[in-house]
Amino acid sequence: MALKIEARRQISTRMLYMTPFIAVAATVVAGFFLFMMLGADPFEALYVFFISPLETKYGLSELGVKAAPLIMIAIGLALGYRANIWNIGAEGQLTLGAVCGGAVALAFWEEQGLYILPLMALAGMAGGAAYAAIPAFLKTKFNVNEILTSLMLTYVATLFLAVLVFGPLKDPMGFNFPQSRMFSDSATLPIIWEETRLHIGFVVALLAAVAGWVLLTRSIIGFQIRTLGSAPAAARYAGFDRTRLTWFCLMLTGALAGLAGTFEVAGPIGQLVPNISPGYGFTAIIVAFLGRLHPLGIIASGLLMALSYMGGENAQINLSLPQAVTGVFQGMLLFFLLASDFLVRYRVRRVKPLAEGV
Amino acid sequence: MVVMTQRHMLHWRYRVLRGLGLGMEPSDKAVKEHPRLELSGITKAFPGVIANSDVGFKVAPGEIHALLGENGAGKSTLVKQIYGILKPDSGSILWDGREVDIPSPHAARALGIGMVFQHFSLFEAMTVLENVALGMDDPGKDRVALAKRIRQVSESYGLPLDPAREVHTLSVGERQRIEIVRCLLQSPRLLVMDEPTSVLTPQEVGKLFETLRKLKSEGCSILYISHKLNEIKELCDGATILRGGKVVAACNPREETARSMAQLMIGAEFRSVARREGGKDAGPVRMELKALSMAPEMAHGVPLKSINLSLRGGEILGIAGVAGNGQGDLLAAIAGERKAATAGAVVMDGKPVGRLGPAARRKLGLCTVPEERNGHGAVPDMSLTDNAMLSAHKRMGFMKGGFLDTAKSRSFAAEVIKRFDVRTPGTETAAGSLSGGNLQKFIVGREILQKPEILVVAQPTWGVDAAAAATIQQALVDLAATGSAILVISQDLDELLTLSDRIAVINAGQVSEAMPAATVSVEEIGLLMGGIHGTPEKGAA
Ligand SMILES: Nc1ncnc2c1ncn2[C@@H]1O[C@H](COP(=O)(O)OP(=O)(O)OP(=O)(O)O)[C@@H](O)[C@H]1O
Ligand SMILES: [Mg+2]
Repeated sequence: MALKIEARRQISTRMLYMTPFIAVAATVVAGFFLFMMLGADPFEALYVFFISPLETKYGLSELGVKAAPLIMIAIGLALGYRANIWNIGAEGQLTLGAVCGGAVALAFWEEQGLYILPLMALAGMAGGAAYAAIPAFLKTKFNVNEILTSLMLTYVATLFLAVLVFGPLKDPMGFNFPQSRMFSDSATLPIIWEETRLHIGFVVALLAAVAGWVLLTRSIIGFQIRTLGSAPAAARYAGFDRTRLTWFCLMLTGALAGLAGTFEVAGPIGQLVPNISPGYGFTAIIVAFLGRLHPLGIIASGLLMALSYMGGENAQINLSLPQAVTGVFQGMLLFFLLASDFLVRYRVRRVKPLAEGV
Repeated sequence: MVVMTQRHMLHWRYRVLRGLGLGMEPSDKAVKEHPRLELSGITKAFPGVIANSDVGFKVAPGEIHALLGENGAGKSTLVKQIYGILKPDSGSILWDGREVDIPSPHAARALGIGMVFQHFSLFEAMTVLENVALGMDDPGKDRVALAKRIRQVSESYGLPLDPAREVHTLSVGERQRIEIVRCLLQSPRLLVMDEPTSVLTPQEVGKLFETLRKLKSEGCSILYISHKLNEIKELCDGATILRGGKVVAACNPREETARSMAQLMIGAEFRSVARREGGKDAGPVRMELKALSMAPEMAHGVPLKSINLSLRGGEILGIAGVAGNGQGDLLAAIAGERKAATAGAVVMDGKPVGRLGPAARRKLGLCTVPEERNGHGAVPDMSLTDNAMLSAHKRMGFMKGGFLDTAKSRSFAAEVIKRFDVRTPGTETAAGSLSGGNLQKFIVGREILQKPEILVVAQPTWGVDAAAAATIQQALVDLAATGSAILVISQDLDELLTLSDRIAVINAGQVSEAMPAATVSVEEIGLLMGGIHGTPEKGAA
């Protein structure tokens, strides 16, 4: 007996849109057994993981806090992925955005004014975009695979941030802790829900999603992106400039990731520290795919992935499960999504090898 | 295994009553045998179209049976169900009189059904042997033995193939042989061929027919799809004609004329192209190629060598040539998809455009139709509205600021559909779900309706049925009459002779002097066409 993979005779688009739901359901089921094996009451654990974060004001607001960067980054990523441009270094672009936005905040530390936040946002976007320009340049000039360059640059970015907070940007009054000063009020994002950390960045993320949707479905550049991704030869036939589109997608993603980074340090964190993101830049890749690379789907999947961060924290506190649970859940979700996508397109069949010889 | 089944079948063949259908019985032998293949009540619907509706016919052992019909009549859909690629909604398939379910191509091959698709699935950089082995369910471990069998089978069927040759060195006809030989190695009892000759030269077609006749004499049945009615007349024993997914007639092609079959297909009087009165030479020169040279884009292609050409307004210039002699690169160089080394190598209306991209050249009045429709001329998974947008958005003004004016491109797509009789549920249908010929009509129509100053078309009527071919050719003639300059790159000599005022030949990346179509002879063109890719008599000695 051997196994053989075969393309299915017909693929229904309905099934393709169903797969995210199948993946979520499968993750919940697998989670059930996982919790059972870890010795927790699986029903309680699932409740703690998926439901309890939604029961409190704190929980709901934190959901928004965590979903904001995920959505913002995933929007940019999805546009690129639509065009077959595989930026997976959003984490690095986020870090550079945080560094640049944070540097502005620190430079204007003693100043006050409404101009400071917009300036930080601009600096953050510029920083993220500039960082994404490196893979864009290498890709368009030398045809270097952007997957590798963007990923490797992420590690460079993290170390660069560490150098800064251990050195030049360290808080002079901070007892030698590796962190910057706390940002001034003028450099801190306004809160949109009192007594919580939910900041204006969440609204910006939603707006980015809507703008991304309009861009993708209604604009010429979105049309070019879709064509390039779906039929590169047809894009060339139409005269769509691949180099320009590659730059556009990478810079846009970089800018959005950079903005998300700035918002993290100007919002929930309030200063520059060595670790500003629990892997938002990577999780956003899952968000993008789970949302079917569709800006509006991404809002939903961003909230769901934010929930997995919250659930992981809750499980850690209430059930004393390891923090790795978050990563395991995110990984399972991606795994099941890819698996069900695959099974919608292909099937696995057992074949009997024919008798040897002819 | 196959032999046993046959013997077993013979035993009870006599006991089953044969239903009477539309199929032809070519010989009296068939009376006491089951048909090799019998379809009944096959129905297959796609969203918005019923591609096959209650289709039934029979193919006897050793019969070459034609499947005829207009573009979109449902021929490809039907054979895909026989080969296990699509699943019928209802109806039954009888194989040697026994009802079978064919869930996959693998199962089809196990029954003894082979299929040669119009588009080959070969790996260019691999040898014939490797390609054959890759496509077989069970090639066995012994490659030397397989090579021997390939040689044996290919030679005994008059399809010489050298197993050691790399595919990129082969002509289109030789590549098709690989696909056929791959089927033959599995000793098929039914061979399905979907438009096999549209890519072949007349000589290659002749060779193919010899092979098919030999197969027939050995009892292999053949189901043959083609739009070339003369070929059908020459080759086939019986024919089933589909229209709108239904069987509308069955006939014996030998007793019909091409014209009468075309009429059965379209169910109406057939109108042929109004030939234009003599080549006008009055128009000004619209486009010139001056010593255009270019390296091939594909690793194993031929380079374009110093091509000189001038194209006048109001004329149709044909470029004949066997596929793979640089046509693709020539079209890309004219369209701007590939830039020339110097701006002066391509001149449009006196303007050097060699360094401009496709969008800029389009703006100057150039429209092009590439040879490959799926994925090059059209985006398969986008709607026809979006595909109208693809090449027409600048020229026809389907943009508002940086945004798409979808309403405009939708009505343009609707006009193309109407004018060129594209059979489709509507403008929002995905291009990839159109039948081959209908997509071709859409793409050619889309370019013609943009009223280009210069139009360059590759294979304008490739895979298009006779009536639609006439519509397209007429549209080209009419466009030329308005003063536009038209360049047609095609393998189809008949078509070029009907359409063109002048004909040039491309061979090994070189284009010959253009000759007046009225005086040139087919032999002359044929001689010029035979070049590096002419078919060698024996694969290798
Ligand atoms: N995958 C699909 N989804 C939706 N509609 C389809 C699909 N495949 C075929 N069709 C439709 O079914 C009908 C029959 O198509 P089919 O390809 O069988 O035609 P055909 O007879 O082979 O035509 P041609 O001569 O142009 O190749 C067409 O109207 C086509 O648009
Ligand atoms: Mg077809």
